[in-house]
Amino acid sequence: MSHIHIDVEHVSFAYEKKKEILKDICFHAGETDSIGLVGANGVGKSTLLKLLVGLDLGFTGSIRVEEVPVQKETLPQIREKIGYVFQDSDSQLFMSTAFEDIAFAPRNYGLPEAEVEHRVNAALEMTGITYLKDKQIYKMSGGEKKLVSIATILSMTPDIILMDEPSIALDPRNRRNLIRILNSFEHLKIIASHDLDMVWDTCERTILMANGEIICDGPTKEVLSNQELLEANGLELPLFMQKR
Amino acid sequence: MSKIRNAIYEIHHMDTIASKDQWVNQIHPLVKFVLTIVYIATVVSYDKYDIIGLAGMMVYPLAMFILAELSFKDSLKRLRVVLPLVCVIGIFNPFFDRVPVQIGGLTINAGVISMITLMIKGVFTVLASYLLIATTSIEKLCFAFRLIHIPKILVTQILLTYRYITVLLEEVNRITQAYALRAPNQKGVHFKVWGSLTGQLLLRSMDRAGVVYESMTLRGYNGNFDYMGAKIRWRWQDILFAAVWLCIFWVFRKIPVIIVIGNLVGGLFG
Repeated sequence: MSHIHIDVEHVSFAYEKKKEILKDICFHAGETDSIGLVGANGVGKSTLLKLLVGLDLGFTGSIRVEEVPVQKETLPQIREKIGYVFQDSDSQLFMSTAFEDIAFAPRNYGLPEAEVEHRVNAALEMTGITYLKDKQIYKMSGGEKKLVSIATILSMTPDIILMDEPSIALDPRNRRNLIRILNSFEHLKIIASHDLDMVWDTCERTILMANGEIICDGPTKEVLSNQELLEANGLELPLFMQKR
Repeated sequence: MSKIRNAIYEIHHMDTIASKDQWVNQIHPLVKFVLTIVYIATVVSYDKYDIIGLAGMMVYPLAMFILAELSFKDSLKRLRVVLPLVCVIGIFNPFFDRVPVQIGGLTINAGVISMITLMIKGVFTVLASYLLIATTSIEKLCFAFRLIHIPKILVTQILLTYRYITVLLEEVNRITQAYALRAPNQKGVHFKVWGSLTGQLLLRSMDRAGVVYESMTLRGYNGNFDYMGAKIRWRWQDILFAAVWLCIFWVFRKIPVIIVIGNLVGGLFG
């Protein structure tokens, strides 16, 4: 079991001066936490995830991954432990076939070719897409690309998973498959999503954001069933709780 | 708009044929790269009137097409944009070089010969470069560049430019499709929106190219291709392949092989 946690303390971030996207964000994510990051469009969910892996570094405050501060010098060390799934699969996948893309990270980390192959096969099996192994990326559907994107991080055997809208483009069966994968991942995972039903099924804790701030941080079942709180922050109850 | 789709398809197709499991594709990328450079240098070094000697150099592209099982017709189709440009280079030679030359009782300008020589040189160099990228994936090529210590920043630039082409084309496709759907009676794009359209295109594609790079760095990319070292090892076939071709280039450059073969065949039947 990994012992990796994330500490975010008083983090603020802005692309332009005086236009803060994140304001004084503080939270601790433990080694086995499953956290749903929810909020209306443009509240800073994706930006927060990007800061956690150091894709943007101009923040104030401190972010520490297993006590290592997120800064330019420590990025390779931190990124080796974190698997990050982008919102847009087209931007995440850049090799010609699924195999090559999934093998990209293990190869970069210097694993022997036999181990690389083993990891790729394991990631393909976990995501249930063994049949896509040699398929060209550009010939894949949106859902297939999403599953390959998820497999690309699973092959890194990460200690932390960060996902930005992972259920986008997935059909109901593959969405169910994704929920199964997420639930089988025992380490820390943070999932930014508008799919509140999926958050309900996969995360024990939910952080609700609005206007770049954390409005509420608590058990998923409490946060996502609080209609008043959700509606005040531009959201609605999960679909399964809504009356027809 | 389908032209853009075709262009994207062509690039992906090149990726596919470069990663085929052919024997030539398995040859060490550095061998193929060095051979291509030596071949181009040899082709370029021929005298401007040595058309027969130069014709012998056809052996390399010809053999590579056969070994790589590439369709010559499809390849020419793919190169149809570049080849006319290459051919235009020598088009003024007949006007400047007016020395008369006798060939088989026919008197022509030396400029015509030098024009044809230039065209052949152009076609051969383009074919050699095409064969290199058709049998070697961009990652393998970049690995070869790093082996000969081409700076990391330059190699990353080459790799990203290659990846960027499809990103850019896909953005062009999206923007023009969106435009065409809302301007059904127009042919092409109206000049009034050229500015904002290209500006959008630049910003969007920069953005997407940035995310692709982020995705690479998040998965351990650091400008090196060390992992390729485990996959691509030197084999005796690589050395033999290089040695044979270097000998062939040397022999063809020193001896007018076509004339020798012609004389031999002539001698047999004469």
